Amino acid sequence: MSEQEHSEHIVPPSTYLAIILTLLVLTGTTVGAAFVNLGRFNIVVALAIATVKATLVVLFFMHAKYSPKRTKLIILAGIFWLALLLGMTLSDYITRVDYRGVRFPISQVTQQLPAQRG
Amino acid sequence: MSATAAAPVKTLPEHHYLNATYGIRSWLLTVDHKRIALLYLVSVTFFFFIGGFFAMLIRLHLLTPSGYLLSADTYNRMFTMHGVAMIFFFLIPSIPAVLGNFFIPLMIGAKDLAFPKINLLSWYVYVVGAAFTLYSMVSGGLDTGWTFYTPLSTIYSNSAVAPAVVGVFITGFSSILTGLNFLVTIHTMRAPGMTWFRLPMFVWAHYATSIVMILGTPVIAITLALAGMERLFGLGFFNPAMGGDPILFQHLFWFYSHPAVYIMILPAMGVISELIPTFARKQLFGYHFVAAASLAIAVIGFLVWTHHMFLTGQSTYAALAFSFLTFLVAIPSAVKTFNWVATLYGGSISFDTPMLYAFGFLGLFLIGGLTGLFLGCLGTDIHIHDTYFVVAHFHYIMVGGAIMGYLGGLHFWWPKMTGRMYPEWLARIAALILFVGFNLTFFPQFLLGYLGMPRRYHVYPPEFQVYNVMSTAGASILAIGYLLPMIYLTWAAFFGKVAGDNPWPATGLEWKTQSPPLTENFEVTPIVTWEPYDFHNRPDLGLDAVASNGVAPAHGDD
Repeated sequence: MSEQEHSEHIVPPSTYLAIILTLLVLTGTTVGAAFVNLGRFNIVVALAIATVKATLVVLFFMHAKYSPKRTKLIILAGIFWLALLLGMTLSDYITRVDYRGVRFPISQVTQQLPAQRG
Repeated sequence: MSATAAAPVKTLPEHHYLNATYGIRSWLLTVDHKRIALLYLVSVTFFFFIGGFFAMLIRLHLLTPSGYLLSADTYNRMFTMHGVAMIFFFLIPSIPAVLGNFFIPLMIGAKDLAFPKINLLSWYVYVVGAAFTLYSMVSGGLDTGWTFYTPLSTIYSNSAVAPAVVGVFITGFSSILTGLNFLVTIHTMRAPGMTWFRLPMFVWAHYATSIVMILGTPVIAITLALAGMERLFGLGFFNPAMGGDPILFQHLFWFYSHPAVYIMILPAMGVISELIPTFARKQLFGYHFVAAASLAIAVIGFLVWTHHMFLTGQSTYAALAFSFLTFLVAIPSAVKTFNWVATLYGGSISFDTPMLYAFGFLGLFLIGGLTGLFLGCLGTDIHIHDTYFVVAHFHYIMVGGAIMGYLGGLHFWWPKMTGRMYPEWLARIAALILFVGFNLTFFPQFLLGYLGMPRRYHVYPPEFQVYNVMSTAGASILAIGYLLPMIYLTWAAFFGKVAGDNPWPATGLEWKTQSPPLTENFEVTPIVTWEPYDFHNRPDLGLDAVASNGVAPAHGDD
């Protein structure tokens, strides 16, 4: 662990300014997109913008971009575990028999089963 | 220590962490990991007895089929608060925050944890969370089950859910801080020569536990926050009427709460991995595999959570995958168990109290673990889901495994923590009472569950009474088994025989310093030149007899 690893990276104010402006523009985009009905892509667009914003905050405001590799590894581990949580939970939702887009209460889902097999 | 009776009468060292400073401030503002461990010891013991009190009420109530003691509502509150107190406020912090806090720095040759003030903060966070939950208990109680399932917890329950949820939420941060502290400490503060593969297995187990704590606990925090918002502000995350999904709550809840089982059992496995080599006088068999098994359990443990939800209406295909993954966890668990047994083989075994707890752990964990496979199997789970079979299974893991490990560890390290020995024979009898009481309490519950008695019911058909009477009788014996150590360990801390630095003797670095240790742990930073659990190349242990003729001198207190 060298001393440089711990030294603070100096970030010029212009970078911060650019990032905050980008974040504000993206916030505006989210608000704007809320007024446009994109159907099933409403949630996709909103989450995509939110992900970009979160990435910018982590990289620049939280200095992950200038951090030692070990810190980056920890961040990646966190993201990986989040992916496990989301992905494996989805493994339930996308393989249920009502995956065609219609939301069933569970009782109806189980009633649906014999019909599907038949 | 009769073989080394020539040694002069032992006295406590003049300076140690207990007499370094005095007064209430010196305890409440301490940054010494050993004193913080004792603060935790008092707090978790307090919650253990609260949880135990609720357990006794449950068992007394179930003595008769129609349950005269409590009303149905009160019964719901009793088992809920038993679970909340025991899981979140006793089992999860018990071994890590008490024994881990005390011994990880000593075992790796460090002066303290990496962040002593964060360590103290973690205790205060725990106390604040505990205060909220205690408030919930005295202001109407909690009746949702410890799992806080929605929509009961968010819409229908009229008990004090909000303060309990806030309490568990806050306490989670104490767990995260402890895990963080351990990880950084183990990475950065090992003494010279203490390489990764010279770390005691207790440290490896806590490393794996810390990973689970850091990666899992935030999920329970956010899940409970969502449930709290749904209850207080009517948001619809888990409410189908508003487009939410109650099963989503269960996914999120168990993403943490299943790995939380490994937060409880992994440190206990760490303790057992210390006890067995010490009292078998033999190097731990398959050191690398036991260490890797800890990490494997921590990782695979994250991938099995929906086995709690096989019958909730989740996808059958997902259930298949999770059932398979559940069976995978059995592999590293079996690796550990077989390695412990292989360590015993050909060892010079002594039956001091900590070893009795280790034997207890082996048998009970084996039963608890194997019955877990019954539950992880899709077919059998339909029959025994939500019955007393489940209750018996997880008590074999959590009480038979985690608490046996905790008590074994407490007895093993009590001489180091206090400088004094506990009364050996009384302790052996207590361990035996505990083992008998435990099995009498929980084995009949396997039968009850198999016969179809559902858990969490306050009445049951009369034909189940004989098993319930056995279980209640066992619980009474178990209670004595817990009270005895509490009494004699407290007594021993003040009046026990002075133990000396290394009474067993054991090989860990913590036994190289005085008992009780200095505030700074070691007078000079130790340099490690030996392999872990190596009894043969350690003349400092006074075990030359082992090397020359294979016969160990008598040890322990007798």
